[in-house]
Amino acid sequence: MTKNLRVKSSEFIDETSRISFKFDGKTYYGFKGDTLASALLASNVHLIGRSFKYHRPRGIMTSGSEEPNAIVQVNPNSNITEPNARATEIEIYEGLEATSQNCWPSVNFDIGGINNFLAPFLPAGFYYKTFMWPKSFWEKYEFFIRHSAGLGKSPTKRDPDIYDHRNIHCDVLVVGAGISGILAAKNAAKNNYKTLLIDEKNELGGSTIFETNENKKINNTFSSEWLKKEISEVKNIKNLEIKTRTSVAAYHQYNYLLARENLTDHLEKKDKKNKIRQRLLKIRAKKVILATGALERPLVFNNNDRPGIMLSSAVKKYIDFYGVACGKKNIFFTNNDSAYESALSLHNKGIKVDAIIDIRENSNAKIIKKINEAGIKIYWSHTIVDTSGYKRLSDISIMKLSNDGMSVIGSKTSISCDCLGIAGGWTPAVHLYTQSGNKLTFDEDRNIFVPKADNSEQICVGSCGGDFELDEIIKNLSNKLKNFLNISQTDFEDISLENDKETSKRNIWLLPSDKPTGKTKPFVDYQNDATAKDIKLALREGFRSIEHVKRYTTTGMGTDQGKLGNMHALGIIADTAGVKMGELGTTTFRPPYTPLTFGTIVGRNVGEFFDTFRRTPMNDWHIKNKAEFENVGQWKRAWYYPIDNETMHQAVQRESKAARKSAGILDASTLGKIDIQGSDASEFLNRVYTNAWSKLAIGKCRYGLMLNEDGMVFDDGVTTRLGENHYIMTTTTGGAANVLSKLEDYLQTEWPELDVYLTSVTDHFATASLCGPNSKKILNKIIPELDLSDENFPHMSFKEVIIDKIKCRIMRISFTGEQSYEINAPASFGEAVWEKCIEAGKEFDITPYGTETMHLLRAEKGFIIVGQDTDGTMTPIDLQMDWIVSKKKYDFIGKRSLYRSDTMKENRKQLVGLLTEDPNIVLEEGAQIVSELNQKPIEMLGHVTSSYFSPNLNKSIALAVVKDGKNMMGKKLFIPMENKNIGVTISNTIFYDEENKRINAKL
Amino acid sequence: MFLINCPYCGERDQQEFKAGGEAHIERPKQPTELSDDQWAEYLFMRKNIKGVQFERWNHAHGCRKWFNMARDTSNDEIKAIYKMGEKPPPQ
Repeated sequence: MTKNLRVKSSEFIDETSRISFKFDGKTYYGFKGDTLASALLASNVHLIGRSFKYHRPRGIMTSGSEEPNAIVQVNPNSNITEPNARATEIEIYEGLEATSQNCWPSVNFDIGGINNFLAPFLPAGFYYKTFMWPKSFWEKYEFFIRHSAGLGKSPTKRDPDIYDHRNIHCDVLVVGAGISGILAAKNAAKNNYKTLLIDEKNELGGSTIFETNENKKINNTFSSEWLKKEISEVKNIKNLEIKTRTSVAAYHQYNYLLARENLTDHLEKKDKKNKIRQRLLKIRAKKVILATGALERPLVFNNNDRPGIMLSSAVKKYIDFYGVACGKKNIFFTNNDSAYESALSLHNKGIKVDAIIDIRENSNAKIIKKINEAGIKIYWSHTIVDTSGYKRLSDISIMKLSNDGMSVIGSKTSISCDCLGIAGGWTPAVHLYTQSGNKLTFDEDRNIFVPKADNSEQICVGSCGGDFELDEIIKNLSNKLKNFLNISQTDFEDISLENDKETSKRNIWLLPSDKPTGKTKPFVDYQNDATAKDIKLALREGFRSIEHVKRYTTTGMGTDQGKLGNMHALGIIADTAGVKMGELGTTTFRPPYTPLTFGTIVGRNVGEFFDTFRRTPMNDWHIKNKAEFENVGQWKRAWYYPIDNETMHQAVQRESKAARKSAGILDASTLGKIDIQGSDASEFLNRVYTNAWSKLAIGKCRYGLMLNEDGMVFDDGVTTRLGENHYIMTTTTGGAANVLSKLEDYLQTEWPELDVYLTSVTDHFATASLCGPNSKKILNKIIPELDLSDENFPHMSFKEVIIDKIKCRIMRISFTGEQSYEINAPASFGEAVWEKCIEAGKEFDITPYGTETMHLLRAEKGFIIVGQDTDGTMTPIDLQMDWIVSKKKYDFIGKRSLYRSDTMKENRKQLVGLLTEDPNIVLEEGAQIVSELNQKPIEMLGHVTSSYFSPNLNKSIALAVVKDGKNMMGKKLFIPMENKNIGVTISNTIFYDEENKRINAKL
Repeated sequence: MFLINCPYCGERDQQEFKAGGEAHIERPKQPTELSDDQWAEYLFMRKNIKGVQFERWNHAHGCRKWFNMARDTSNDEIKAIYKMGEKPPPQ
């Protein structure tokens, strides 16, 4: 079966290096330079996979990134396998393994192929229509749909490869290294523009590099020979960087482009090791030249999808570039002259071409004469009405077209063939151009969408810009470059050109058959199995917008994003609905141009580099003392310190008791700290906090609540007055950055007249919070010279002290209700001061505690945590914190909102305490609260915000927000859970030491 | 991804900046004297136009300065950038 179709050694293929690879378990051979597609074609393998919906056998259609059919699973037996790789882009290497997709048990015998015979029952929108009823069956349907959906297999293990990112800034970026791109890059670089040239292939030169058409000559030599000289020159220009195997994925505004550079995919395993697999280039270019070329269109006719049916340009590339014939009996089917070039390429290499079927009535291009001389029969005004051959094309049937092209006439002729090259004209590859936000305009004469206008930052050149003939390309390129690069001349404007001119045109979007449309399968989107019939059905069912038709029929929604068939879909819609294509517009081309692996997008930001961690100066001590950590924003905070085999609950209960019984210590370094200075600092605080600040004495601390302008609580913390015009503000750990931003915003935009300077000093200080009845004794051991009496150093005050020559600030403030001192040391001495506290506290059994115990202790006291007990809908009044809202102050952020009719409503959700009937039941945070169990629909009055088992009270306590909670003191409510209803009673929010005696008590 | 010309630092990538909503909405000097409707106008009402829109931007990962931008929302063209306190340029 495997017969070698390699007919002629090609300069692009290194026949001295034979490479073996496996496809569907069978070993094949190819050469260095081959793609998986070219190597398989050389072995006469066309059948690559099965289509998505009907499981029809499909072969290789193209020779590039637009391939819809030949998509394979690479390294199928590995758990890092890659799905949906295009065989036309995979460069073979020793040991490459690939398999077909979307078939079971094999591509040759695929059970799903039955869908092909069920096709009449699987019209567009089949899934939407069928599985909607009965509703209760959805779960059963879903199982089968999910099972049959999707093309390849996803990898199951994490990607072990290395990916990288690189930022590039350049003057001129040229995308595409065909003849236009090469000349553009050369002229830009030679005129002192720092230039970057990118091409997705491994060879420069596009399709011109293998062009040996005698009717296309530059300076009297083959255009390929001329271009090769240009390329060798281009490779040696200093300020020109060339990236091959690099595909531009996205073109964003302001000339920001993302490209994927493929570095090792073409190497064999041993050479890939420890190398970067792909690199994402983030390019910011001053000017962009798009030279992305054009994609050849297929023709839409009945059964146009069989293996062996390929684009005519692909047939030409396989013979001219890879030296591979795609069949032994070749036929071309065309609406333009380019198929004749492909036919001649085959003929010149000794491959038989049996016929050319042309829908046009004639053509007077020079090449026709050559075809006639070669004895190739041309069927003018004919179309293919059907094809046959299940896994490989075997025959075609042709008939004469009527004058209007809407029907066929005469008798049917059958011709046998194993390869059919189809040529439906060319579509400029304007995907990147439109991604950048620019508009297209429709050229009615040539049936193409072309860029509307060039601008000073971007131009489209070559066939991407709508120029298909060599002389037009060169002439327009030269003029455009002079203008765009502001240069007086290009180095190629005087070259002599010779090329055939195409004069005869005929375009029929859907070619007629002798059968009615309903009985035919003219595929428009090969990968998704959308046929012309489906598009017509969608129109009959009332879909008008191209975007809707696309989604309903799934046209253009595969991994190839409809690069081949989108134009036909538009054409068929326009013809059927009787509108002009230009008025229809196109669907939106979205990035990426070709699929991109997630690895490339995330680059190095994986594992420990996924996000930045912030660690406190005491972090090493926490690790040494076996702390468990929790993430608070980017911070790693000590959560609890289990001893032996303690559970989290046991550790937290022990820590909580110890802090109230004797002494505890908490690492509070993560609290946000903002240094505030300036002659208007007091006025500024008056405006940003709800309470009054002007009268705060130097050396005193005050708790403050900050609102948003809508009156909702935004942040809280203690601020200390260090001097006349100097404060230090603390914020919540998570809110630090937002508070600073908000304060800066008001200072810069609303109150620029205030003399206030803000500096974030969160990272400058480490904070050890010493708390408990023995904290005073411990601090006394550390600083014996400091008078710690309540008269000299009362609660809510501050002292500057020296501990071992280290200048520290101590605030006597409490988040636990116990006597408590927050020692702030310069960050680099944080651990030393912390260890000193631990050492001094040993005789008092000082217990380090983490954030969980901190939360429990503050809940016992009813202190809120912004973000846990509040959620951006709570005013201070809702929190029952009316005492902190100044009535006297004229204004502060959010004040006016506290008097809006909505915020003054009595029955808003308000913060209350909750006690469970059974003191051993600990409620779940987030649990809903109801009053009537039998009511339907049941009204949710609120939810639990904080809940703990208090070891100091020996019962469960909780905070909750409840509608009209303030007026429900003592009321019994319920918390319905999955298996039971929990009875609760609304209580005060302060559960422990309601009189606040412990703050000053001599215990 | 915009290229934004910070009036203090020069051209920088958009990822260094934070958008801050509509510009030229001045905080009322005497909020307590406003009716609920007047206050709601200041607090909630924002334009969302197709065309040139005036916006506040902050060079958050740079100089941290706030400034104003006139941007055409239909094509994201930045028409002008000017400092806080300055009047928007004539159309």
